[in-house]
Amino acid sequence: MKENVVIIGGGVAGMEAARQLLFLGYNPIVVEQQDHLGGHVSQWNRLFPDMASAQDLVRHMGEEIVDANIFLETKVNFINRLREGYLVMLSNGVSVACRAILIASGFRLFDATRKEEYGYGVYDHVITNADLENWFNGNADSRIPAAPKSVGFVHCVGSRDLKAGNSQCSKVCCMTAVKQAIEMKEHFPDARIYCFYMDLRLFGKKYEDFYINAQQEHGVQFIRGRISEVGETLDGRLQVKAEDTLSGKPLRAQLDLLVLMAGMVCNPDAAELARMARLEVDSDGFLRSADNIAGIVGSNRPGIFYAGACTGTKTVPETLAEARSAALDIHRFIQGK
Amino acid sequence: MTDFGFTLSRSSALDLTKADTRLYERLCSLSPDARTCMGCGSCSATCTAGPYNGMSLRKVILGLQRGQDVRPMLKGCMLCGKCTMVCPRGINTRQLILNLCRIYD
Ligand code: SF4
Ligand code: SF4
Ligand code: SF4
Repeated sequence: MKENVVIIGGGVAGMEAARQLLFLGYNPIVVEQQDHLGGHVSQWNRLFPDMASAQDLVRHMGEEIVDANIFLETKVNFINRLREGYLVMLSNGVSVACRAILIASGFRLFDATRKEEYGYGVYDHVITNADLENWFNGNADSRIPAAPKSVGFVHCVGSRDLKAGNSQCSKVCCMTAVKQAIEMKEHFPDARIYCFYMDLRLFGKKYEDFYINAQQEHGVQFIRGRISEVGETLDGRLQVKAEDTLSGKPLRAQLDLLVLMAGMVCNPDAAELARMARLEVDSDGFLRSADNIAGIVGSNRPGIFYAGACTGTKTVPETLAEARSAALDIHRFIQGK
Repeated sequence: MTDFGFTLSRSSALDLTKADTRLYERLCSLSPDARTCMGCGSCSATCTAGPYNGMSLRKVILGLQRGQDVRPMLKGCMLCGKCTMVCPRGINTRQLILNLCRIYD
């Protein structure tokens, strides 16, 4: 009989790990709270840097793991330590004995209503990066005007913000803003697009090319200054205030749409798992890897492994690489090597 | 009227919505690479004239994007071309300045 490995989280990390574990001859059991696999990626439209379809990626990955045990709309109720390994009790009544558990619980998008000064949920035309992807996916959103003349993007919403309780950079949202700015310009060629940033952090493959392209081909204007407050004018437009720090002057603008780059915070469920399995939490609030350089996918407990954004903000390719790495580490652990 | 010694100060705030950027757009049609400026300041740092007369190409480009009159600053340029050698975005800055002078003429 094939050996069970419990994978907590059916996003792209959990899916990729399941694929590799199937290949290595195990019986992966994927536990997912939602009614579908793919996590955040399944809600996205196109992925940088090659603008690949997120839906296609998730669909393709799903086809690769049809032989895995997948429990949707299921939670982990508790994890008990056995003499050898763990007993994982699920909310659907199933309990699984296993020697290895992979935690792939991912991140949660920062709740943008908490940055009250930006008026998300208060003003009519303030949305988040995730809302915009949802609209790109063809779902109607009455907050997006039919022909906006000007669109603003606010970087670092709930990231690099000690007051919001998250001092870390979310890493992918600068690039997401640049990508979405280009996509908005493609939808609305006559609109003026502004990105309000504190620092532009475009570290990945081809990211800088996107930045240059956004400037040169799409005329996106990058304004170094964080929007301090948003108000609404009598005619329902948004009035934003920032400092144009490169000229040292206060700056105002009226916008028809404001997109907030909500950052990544650790999924609160990971804290619950940490409590159940006595896992350590790092100073940034994410799960603490055995070693932040050489042992990212390891935990402080034998047989418990991590993949993806449960240990920090990750890009999709980083997440997939970690999932493969974790699958291999699980294989070695079970083989006793 | 009694003079109480108070005056109204004009706001120094820039208004993006009202900024007249037609000049900037004309410049970009002649020098499309102007759009790729990232405000690094290398051009201004290396400029021989800047320390004496306030010329800063970075501020010229930014000023145009904000719809401001940059002619006073532009006058300080000697067209030496040093800035072209340092721009990391490879902008032909000297050509850009020449094009801007032509637009103003
Ligand atoms: S990636 Fe950019 S937008 Fe996101 S938190 Fe970091 S600096 Fe801010
Ligand atoms: S060309 Fe003008 S702006 Fe450039 S370095 Fe020379 S003087 Fe300065
Ligand atoms: S050196 Fe080039 S990129 Fe840097 S501020 Fe000057 S023109 Fe812009």
